[in-house]
Amino acid sequence: MNVQPNRLASGGRIDRATTLGLRFDGRDYTAHPGDTLASAFLANDVRIVGRSFKYHRPRGIYSAGVEEPNALVELGVGARLEPNTRATTVEAFDGLEARSQNRWPSLAFDVQAVNGLFSRLMPAGFYYKTFIGPGRGTAAWMIFEKFIRRSAGIGRAVMEADPDTYEKVNAFCDVLVIGGGPAGLAAALAAGRTGARVVLAEQQGELGGSLLEAPVGGDTDHWLETMRAELVALSNVRILVRTTVFGAYDGGVYGLVERVWDHVAIPPEHQPRQRYWVLRTKSAVMATGAIERPLVFAGNDLPGVMLASAARAYVNRYAVLAGRRVVVFTNNDSAYTAARDLAAAGAAVTLIDARGQLPKSLTAAAAGVEIIASYAVACASGGQTLGAVEIGRVDVSTGQVSGPTRRLACDLMGVSGGWTPSVHLWSQRGRKPVYDVKCGAFVPVADALRNLLCAGACAAAGSLEGAIATGIAAGLQASGGGRRGNGIPTAPATPYADDWRRDMAPLWSVSGAGDRGKAFVDFQHDVTRDDVALAHREGYVSVEHLKRYTTAGMATDQGKTSNVNALTLIAKLQDSAIAAAGTTAFRPPYTPISFGAVVGRECGRHFRPTRLTPIHDWHVEHGAVLIEAGAWMRPWYYPAAGEGSEQAYVREAAHVRVKVGMVDVSTLGKIAIQGPDAADLLERLYVNGWKGLPVGRLRYGIMLREDGFVMDDGTTARLGETDYLMSTTTANAAKVLVFIEHLLQTAWTDLKVQVTSVTDQWAAIAVAGPGARGLLQAAVTGTDLSAAAFPNMSLTNGMIAGAPVRIHRMSYSGELAYEVYVPSGFGRWVWEALIEAGGPFGILPYGTEAMGALRIEKGHVAGAELDGRTTLRDLGLEGLASVKKPFVGSVLRNRPVLTDPARPCLVGLEVVEPGRRIAAGSLLFAAEGPIVGHGEGHVTSATYSPALNRSIGLGLLTRGPERLGETVRCVDLLGGSTVHVRVASPRFFDPQGERQNA
Amino acid sequence: MLRIDCPICGLRDETEFGYGGDATVVRPAVVETDVEKWLAYVFLRDNPRGPHREYWHHTQGCRQWLVVERDTLTHEIGIVALARNARSKGVGR
Repeated sequence: MNVQPNRLASGGRIDRATTLGLRFDGRDYTAHPGDTLASAFLANDVRIVGRSFKYHRPRGIYSAGVEEPNALVELGVGARLEPNTRATTVEAFDGLEARSQNRWPSLAFDVQAVNGLFSRLMPAGFYYKTFIGPGRGTAAWMIFEKFIRRSAGIGRAVMEADPDTYEKVNAFCDVLVIGGGPAGLAAALAAGRTGARVVLAEQQGELGGSLLEAPVGGDTDHWLETMRAELVALSNVRILVRTTVFGAYDGGVYGLVERVWDHVAIPPEHQPRQRYWVLRTKSAVMATGAIERPLVFAGNDLPGVMLASAARAYVNRYAVLAGRRVVVFTNNDSAYTAARDLAAAGAAVTLIDARGQLPKSLTAAAAGVEIIASYAVACASGGQTLGAVEIGRVDVSTGQVSGPTRRLACDLMGVSGGWTPSVHLWSQRGRKPVYDVKCGAFVPVADALRNLLCAGACAAAGSLEGAIATGIAAGLQASGGGRRGNGIPTAPATPYADDWRRDMAPLWSVSGAGDRGKAFVDFQHDVTRDDVALAHREGYVSVEHLKRYTTAGMATDQGKTSNVNALTLIAKLQDSAIAAAGTTAFRPPYTPISFGAVVGRECGRHFRPTRLTPIHDWHVEHGAVLIEAGAWMRPWYYPAAGEGSEQAYVREAAHVRVKVGMVDVSTLGKIAIQGPDAADLLERLYVNGWKGLPVGRLRYGIMLREDGFVMDDGTTARLGETDYLMSTTTANAAKVLVFIEHLLQTAWTDLKVQVTSVTDQWAAIAVAGPGARGLLQAAVTGTDLSAAAFPNMSLTNGMIAGAPVRIHRMSYSGELAYEVYVPSGFGRWVWEALIEAGGPFGILPYGTEAMGALRIEKGHVAGAELDGRTTLRDLGLEGLASVKKPFVGSVLRNRPVLTDPARPCLVGLEVVEPGRRIAAGSLLFAAEGPIVGHGEGHVTSATYSPALNRSIGLGLLTRGPERLGETVRCVDLLGGSTVHVRVASPRFFDPQGERQNA
Repeated sequence: MLRIDCPICGLRDETEFGYGGDATVVRPAVVETDVEKWLAYVFLRDNPRGPHREYWHHTQGCRQWLVVERDTLTHEIGIVALARNARSKGVGR
């Protein structure tokens, strides 16, 4: 095991007793529990951890938190490989494996970085300039694609299935407190003491927030421990650590991802890797803190340059001093704390403050630090990592450095350009933060959202004392708790100035003397100060346009460190106020979340619910090949040994016409319609008349939508005086019920009628074929099924194998046929009884494909014809429509556009070329002429007809019924075939319907 | 995600409901034959910015159609009533 050269001998919130082994780019390093991957890198003096997106410049660690733009690494191996993880948030664990990204051939030497190769090739707006405009587009994309795909992008996605599991939680609380720093702890305790149900979510592995970056053993540690102990003891407070509130939604709903086992190589057995919470709240307190802002100057991306607060965090929390000669560069007071702590850890620290007037109380706070006022860093330089800075006298109002400049050798630099409140969640709720000149930051508007309060640094509380006070107030307000939160310990006294708002200088960007090289605004997307200026010269005014044109703020960090600097630059170029330039809107997620967490267990066959009929298991046991029909799984066909789908369905369909077959039709929609006005309802819904239907009879009906197009069809039975059972197509069952409920509850409130879905309560079995009557007479007791006693379109009740059944005599196949309705629990029992009784009659089950072939032979319409674009006339069903009564759609169906005689209408199509097949979806063209456009119609359904011994289909053809006998071309543009077909009546088989009336 | 306070079931997630459009339109009488009235009912809708009354169906709950006041700008939900009662109470007009 190697030593950790930058680890201090004592201090830090790490467990030195345990040593962890890590591997980065094939080399072994050590760390301790409590480390992040970033602190382990710095402890081991690993300064370059990645290459930048566009210019392939060496990049190091810039922050100590979620805002990290540079230190993105590939984590894990094999199927658990995860790209673009931020080293600053990855907790170190034994066996951790990581690799650098975007480098070739190696991290230390990258060919694409030579001479800034890419800077000329990829200016701001590169994608727009290259791919949009005359003569560009697809052709240019095809030339550049390979080059761009190899060079651009950062991580690579894993192609293997994720071996881990993820779970979802639906939860509720009174108060959600977002963030476990000082303001969040105060808010959670204030709310918790009122008895409210509180959830406290903290994205890190432990509570404390910024307090964890303070020296170990200080006053703030005591305060933190007191708060933590009381919160843990409160049973009404749930503390979620490693949990990010990534989204704020309407209705007080929040999305959270809890990284349950991300901090180990492989989660324990039966444990989820992550947990996705949908949390419904009465109110929430945002205590999300603030993110320190970089300053823009030449070379500000060199490894060794980082945020001042990050340098402090590494020293105090992780006991890592990443440099010995440190320069701190600031425009505000907060960096003094960092400078002091770095000096206390043994570094030689020079603090460059752009401001001229520094009060004694401030300079005294930074004991042991050399302070240079009125100066700025114009340029950071070095080979691959920071070696020196050029400093010079600066005019804070312009950011201009005037010569002469001085050179200071250094190996670590802390930068503070002020702080940016993390208002993301608040902004996600559609509100715009406003610019506060004193804070130099966009801040939320107090009380703009009744149920989302802001506390602490995210509301620009500049000090620890202010953060705690605003936290207590927000916690009380959120829980409606009055003043009972009194007595929560307030801030421990801090011995140094820590309010970053005090006299903050409006300095964002430094240029002038000594300014050499690129000055970065957005590190992750390599957007420079010059890119922003170029966008301005090219006329981009709106911040939203600037963002998209330069891509500033569009990387995986979503501009956490870059947005405000980009805005201030554009405001300056436009000579307008920052407030007028405005800020861009934030959208979820706050930090990247994994697809696995969002998907949870809803993947593979659990992607959506599956509906199974009561007879499903029998089908599976008897070799049925299943097909999805909406949410249902239905038997498609039952292949005999060696059969494919073609042979199987043709055999099944042919068998029905000569013997008898059985198909499971339990999926049909069934709606009970009951009440004194049931017949009136049917009369208004269906296009045909219902008043004369006697009890015990069935009738086919068709209904339209309000706009006059056909919606659905089916057979409805009159079971009793005020009791009807409507059947719908499988696909439209839910839609039809919702439609009827809407009419009854909003418009036809005068009708006394109740509608109830009974689809799941009844199994239904269609028995069809010349042998159907004989079979049922053998199986059914208690009723007379003779032709005379039981005519077509009537129903009767009986028993099969001791189970009650209701039998509807009706035919879809065109054969003598019945539908047997059975209470679901008896579905399989009755099916098996029929199979057994049917032995002597040659019974065979058939699937949906044979059912389709049989109905196409009869010209019955189904889903492919009832596609929402067809009218009664189109389908040749005009004769059904009553002229004596109004019904849904009866007026609008007669609009001129729906009665145009040139509309495509239903026809049969017979293939005239022996052995050729047609495909549904093919276009219909006249026999002669060019094949251009959409033709004169299309094929809706196609099958091979065993009864006709040829390929047939149904189609919609312009003026179709006038063209019987004409030959047209059936063009399959996808399959690339043209087949000649003869236009025929859609009733191919038994046109008089004699067989079903046998 | 919206949360809708169903008069029958209580406060529930938007995902339990189906959207039914503008609740201020009134279906013409069953016997109405004026095509213009039907065209207006089926096709003509305002697109208001601010408070709006709309139909929501508690599809995965009590299966009641509701009239919900929703602000199209802020998504805030106001009064929720059963559609069958809404007309007499003046909601939904």
